Amino acid sequence: MSSTLPSKSKNDDLAANARPSASGRFGRFGGQYVPETLMPALAELELAAAEAWKDPFFTDELSRLLRSYVGRSTPLYEAERLTAHYSRADGGPRIWLKREDLNHTGAHKINNALGQALLALRMGKKRIIAETGAGQHGVATATVCARFGLECVVYMGEEDMRRQALNVFRMKLLGAKVQPVSAGTATLKDATSEAIRDWVTNVESTHYILGSVAGPHPYPMLVRDFHAVIGQETLRQCQEAFGRLPDVLLACVGGGSNAMGLFHPFVQQTNVRMIGVEAAGDGVLTGRHAATITEGRIGVLHGAMSYLLQDDQGQVQEAHSISAGLDYPGVGPEHSYFAEIGRAEYVAVTDKEALNALQLVSELEGIIPALETAHAFAWLEKLCPTLGSGKEVVINCSGRGDKDVNTVAQKLGVDL
Amino acid sequence: MAGDPDLKTSEDLLLKLEEAGADMVELGIPYSDPLADGPVIQEAASRALSSGTTLKAVLEMLSALKGKLSIPIILFTYTNLLLTIGMEEFCSSAFNAGVSGLVVPDLPLEEALRISPIASSYGLDLILLVAPTTPPERMKRISENSKGFTYLVSVTGVTGERAVMEDRVGGLVKQLKQSSSLPVAVGFGISGPDQISKVKTWGADGAIVGSALVKRIAQASSGLEAKEAADFCKQLKDAAG
Repeated sequence: MSSTLPSKSKNDDLAANARPSASGRFGRFGGQYVPETLMPALAELELAAAEAWKDPFFTDELSRLLRSYVGRSTPLYEAERLTAHYSRADGGPRIWLKREDLNHTGAHKINNALGQALLALRMGKKRIIAETGAGQHGVATATVCARFGLECVVYMGEEDMRRQALNVFRMKLLGAKVQPVSAGTATLKDATSEAIRDWVTNVESTHYILGSVAGPHPYPMLVRDFHAVIGQETLRQCQEAFGRLPDVLLACVGGGSNAMGLFHPFVQQTNVRMIGVEAAGDGVLTGRHAATITEGRIGVLHGAMSYLLQDDQGQVQEAHSISAGLDYPGVGPEHSYFAEIGRAEYVAVTDKEALNALQLVSELEGIIPALETAHAFAWLEKLCPTLGSGKEVVINCSGRGDKDVNTVAQKLGVDL
Repeated sequence: MAGDPDLKTSEDLLLKLEEAGADMVELGIPYSDPLADGPVIQEAASRALSSGTTLKAVLEMLSALKGKLSIPIILFTYTNLLLTIGMEEFCSSAFNAGVSGLVVPDLPLEEALRISPIASSYGLDLILLVAPTTPPERMKRISENSKGFTYLVSVTGVTGERAVMEDRVGGLVKQLKQSSSLPVAVGFGISGPDQISKVKTWGADGAIVGSALVKRIAQASSGLEAKEAADFCKQLKDAAG
């Protein structure tokens, strides 16, 4: 793999304090492409986050709640039957799952929602808005808002509300208002645009809990830093389990928050391969997919420069994926940067491959992963045959699949 | 919005608006994800995209109007469209089509500083926006770096008509006039003659009416779009005195 590793100068770029730059850039990606109205709020947020991380009251409170409310740390689980499934006569890699699906609310999303809610409290903002695709980030945000008594409005595309009716009801039970978005493709992209418009209008009273490592600076950094706990625990747990760094990290990428949380503490360990798995929908050649890094071109969406699915005129295209959480035509700018400098590899698997993986993991491990997460599992089919015995692979098991059972049944032709 | 409902209508609109006394026209290039726009302009952009409107076709329409139209044309569009064609090429073709300036609402000062010199080198003014949330020191830097005029966003929010205009806008106009010699035009939320008079009293040099005009165009019977728009424009012009 030495040919794909970054050169020495690239390594220097990877020093944590250089990412992002003072102007919010990861290489040429990132930045702040937003209406002027939001610029002071972004500056305020950046400052508040920097001060919070230095304040033991904040970090202690965050750690305490991550432990007692979220249920961290999550286990690093050795998937023995999955390992056996992919083993050959000459052996094969050992597969570990970082069990983010065991977090409160069923996915990694709450790490960030909790952190940002604590920040909002520090900034004196009493109204919270969020966007959601699969509903996991919406549920996580509604949950922490209930916990802290904050008003909560979640923007969600009408198409996603139909696909994820269970999560819509969960958010309502938690006291949040779910605001349907019918504009454009009525999915995550449009919900995000509508949340940004709400923020432009109510910026003085409202904090926007953006749910991925996307959006204008400082969000890609802020969300990454709240999810970095995933990688920090993994680093320690790998030492305990097999006494060294893992060889490969594997995670699904829509906006890319669970992948970035896992990758972040390993970025400078360049002998650890990092692989992000995008959604190829019906197949990248069909045009019906959400494989942004694999097939996109550099553009600006939702405040950041990054790879983007767009037509030759620069109009943003509709993404397609069986998984609402990956159905997004953009991707976090730091992922685009990692792709460009070759620090991480980005691949794509189809809806069908993800469905197969979801069934396989359910049957072999007794764990029903979310459809998003199933994309990461699906890549094992291609990855495992290339890895020798003794290689250690960690998959971010980013969410549980309960929310997807209806979709899966429908795809499998089962009438519930 | 160029191309709403089609480019032939847009051409007609530009000519009739000039006749009705418009001092300049801000013409939208439709974009799929207009972050700074409320429902009226979003829907207009969707209609324009559905009718197949492209940047190239808009610029061709403007080129054909050269000589027939004497008021300045300002293009209003989003960063991704500029990136796609490339800033140099965008500016050169816009200039050749007779365009005078550019408003890009998702390009705040920091990002605008990189491309403003390119626009200037092609004779285009990159007009920067100031919002009610902008702190005084930053307001000064924006107005120093804006070209043509400074665009004062009168509301904390997206484009769209508002029933009343907040009195704090008066203070913002005054502040801007003190910090730079550039003219100040007030936009976002201006829906009719009363607000134009108010903005004028406060000392603004111009008022920009978007959604209120776009809504009238959308509601007009087919073929009467330009007439409706021109009638409205005359009322606004009368209010401006």
